[in-house]
Amino acid sequence: MSESKFYENTEWQETGKTFLDSNELILNMGPQHPSTHGVLRVILKLDGEKVLGTDCVIGYLHRGVEKIAENRTYVQFNPYVDRMDYVAAVSNGLGYCEAVEKLLGVEAPERARYIRVILTELNRLASHQVWLGTHALDIGALTPLFYCFRDREEILKIFEKYCGARLTTHAFRIGGCQYEIYEGFQKEVLDYCDFVLPKIDEYEELLTTNRIWVERTKGVGVLSGAECIELGATGPVLRGSGVKWDLRKAQPYAAYSKFEFDIPIGKNGDTYDRYLVRIEEMRQSVRILRQAASSIPEGPITAKVPKVLRPPAGEIYHSIEAPKGELGYFIVSDGSTQPYRVRVRPPSFVNLQALDKMVRGWLVADVVAVIGTLDIVLGEVDR
Amino acid sequence: MHALTDYLRSNVTPGEAGDLLWATIYVLLVVAALSVAVMLMTWLERKILAHIQIRYGPMRVGPHGLLQPIADSLKLLLKEDIIPAGADKLVFWLAPVAVVMTAFTTFLVVPFGRTHAVTDINIGILFMLGISSLSVLSIIMGGWASNSHYPLMGALRSSAQMVSYEVPMAMAIVSAILMTSLKTGTGTLSMIRIVESQAVQGRWFIFSFFPLGFLAFVIFGIAMIAETNRAPFDLPEAESELVAGFHTEYSGFRWSLFFLAEYAGMLAVSSIAVTLWLGGWLRPFSNALAGKTWDLAFSLLPALTVFALAGICLLGAVRMPKHPSFKIQTVGLAVFGLFLGAVGLVLLAPQVRERVQDMYWFSVKVAFFMYLYIWYRGTFPRYRFDQLMKIGWKVLLPLSLAVLILTALVGIRQELATVLMGVLR
Repeated sequence: MSESKFYENTEWQETGKTFLDSNELILNMGPQHPSTHGVLRVILKLDGEKVLGTDCVIGYLHRGVEKIAENRTYVQFNPYVDRMDYVAAVSNGLGYCEAVEKLLGVEAPERARYIRVILTELNRLASHQVWLGTHALDIGALTPLFYCFRDREEILKIFEKYCGARLTTHAFRIGGCQYEIYEGFQKEVLDYCDFVLPKIDEYEELLTTNRIWVERTKGVGVLSGAECIELGATGPVLRGSGVKWDLRKAQPYAAYSKFEFDIPIGKNGDTYDRYLVRIEEMRQSVRILRQAASSIPEGPITAKVPKVLRPPAGEIYHSIEAPKGELGYFIVSDGSTQPYRVRVRPPSFVNLQALDKMVRGWLVADVVAVIGTLDIVLGEVDR
Repeated sequence: MHALTDYLRSNVTPGEAGDLLWATIYVLLVVAALSVAVMLMTWLERKILAHIQIRYGPMRVGPHGLLQPIADSLKLLLKEDIIPAGADKLVFWLAPVAVVMTAFTTFLVVPFGRTHAVTDINIGILFMLGISSLSVLSIIMGGWASNSHYPLMGALRSSAQMVSYEVPMAMAIVSAILMTSLKTGTGTLSMIRIVESQAVQGRWFIFSFFPLGFLAFVIFGIAMIAETNRAPFDLPEAESELVAGFHTEYSGFRWSLFFLAEYAGMLAVSSIAVTLWLGGWLRPFSNALAGKTWDLAFSLLPALTVFALAGICLLGAVRMPKHPSFKIQTVGLAVFGLFLGAVGLVLLAPQVRERVQDMYWFSVKVAFFMYLYIWYRGTFPRYRFDQLMKIGWKVLLPLSLAVLILTALVGIRQELATVLMGVLR
């Protein structure tokens, strides 16, 4: 719905009443608002506190990432993908590198794949910690934020030690990894696994049985499995609605087929179930990390790739399970050194579609809770 | 001069004694003490909340950020005075003034001690309730005059919330007032008499008719958080939803007035709770640990507390980094510690001791409530608006009514029994 049309639909204009006679309120939430997670702008049509409709205005963080890709070589574009979902930069890099590898017809060596799995799972943990902290903050619990960020810090330290950067890591290269793991890497990862499990219990202690938390999240923002599929929602949002779909199992990539882990699913598809799913996912990530870190095979870390990449003309779609859902790259090559077109399927952007369906008829406070539970990152929504 | 010193030996509040001079002094003292208490509260809240959240809180301005409130208030005073172009200027100007006035006026009848109140009105508790419920008016004024969406919604939320929580609050208060008539036979609404009747009955009302007194206390404890718009009932200023609620458009000094009023309001409702259920200025364990020796021991506690604080300050001064840039801080902390020590010495003097300890116990009890406020804020998520209303009307109101009726029935159980016996015969 275009912006102008949205305003026109208000009752007071249809009936020719003056504004004071009407009881609908157009509230502009964002782009500067404490809990729209950056620069999302939601135009709310309100009847008192009740939400009659929403309209998301996005694009405040648009940097033209897809267009930039057309003017860079395949290698040059690699760091740019980190800037999309900046709290899960490693996953973005993994998706891009694997897509280009598929296009080139190369396969990363086994060792590189293990390292990739370890770093992406660490990043999944970090991303979920950021989500939990900010989600809880939106619902009014101030304290979990600090607990989550404290524990995320340790992950960022591992990233920093590995590749020098904390957020926009640029950890992987096309064909494998650039850096060999540092000495003691496995031990640090395993230590972190032991460190974080009790911390996850601590988060749960603060929230899972908290009466106010349960009342604020149970039954709020319900999406059925069918609705999720209709809207294209993926990731924890889809799994929270009881659909067992995880690309790590469905179309295993990297080294995921070698590890044992479960896919947690919810039942009711409400905010509380999505919360439980993400918490359980953190535990499963730890499980994967333990298996991967204790069995990194020996060998080279990069496949043989030419200095100048000229993938054969053609197109490829490759998607991975990013912390927020299905992250897909569609790359068209015309045989030159630069991609002809790169299209990113960002999970946040697609999941954000569900917002209107989830909050219609609920209260303003629920809008905030639902934005939190969708776990959007505006860098990825706007690109 | 004689008039000044004469009052010090009196046994009534200046208002009762008709002593205008001392009443004025008390008003000034109360205003000054409130302002200092609010400043201290902001520092303590930030520190305690920070320690709950595994961080340090203010550390830069002064040792352990002790001077942070002063820096903050200076900043607020020096900020540009902004009135939004679309605002209703007069009402916008009036709202913060009104809110501070109501918040401070309530303290006229708060009994810090038997003689330490500005005055004692025979409808003291009604006066407090009435004045404190006026604060909702200024919140609506501020929200409406801002002529902006978020403040308007904040004001709407707050008016609905405060009005609906006043009902169970009043019910709980009435059940406590019923208890004042026990033993003496006549009840009272005067804040000082309420505490005195607890002294006469030898038991704080929180323990009377267990668990009825305790239940009423808990109901009041919940309602008073909602009444002062604090977490988990801080919907009118819910940061993640309404940016800053009714004071979104306020900045600088006007905003600080709202802030001041919020904390003064917290202190006021806590004083009501302390007066009604926790025996006001009475010292704890007056039955179990009675006797001259224990009285002396308890009367020494204020001085000992101040000595402990002085000790902490001096220890901090000793442990301060030995770097030249910390010199001012170290000296300042040491001087403050010595000053506290001197205050403690004064508090040891028998005449001072006797007159000050009731204020001490009152402050300690209020401080306990202030700590609870901070603790709640660090622990709980925020309720949603409809859930808040549900708790107010569907849980607290029936519960408080039941407590009130049961209290009344238990209070007249003997008369009831005789009547019943008569009927049965």
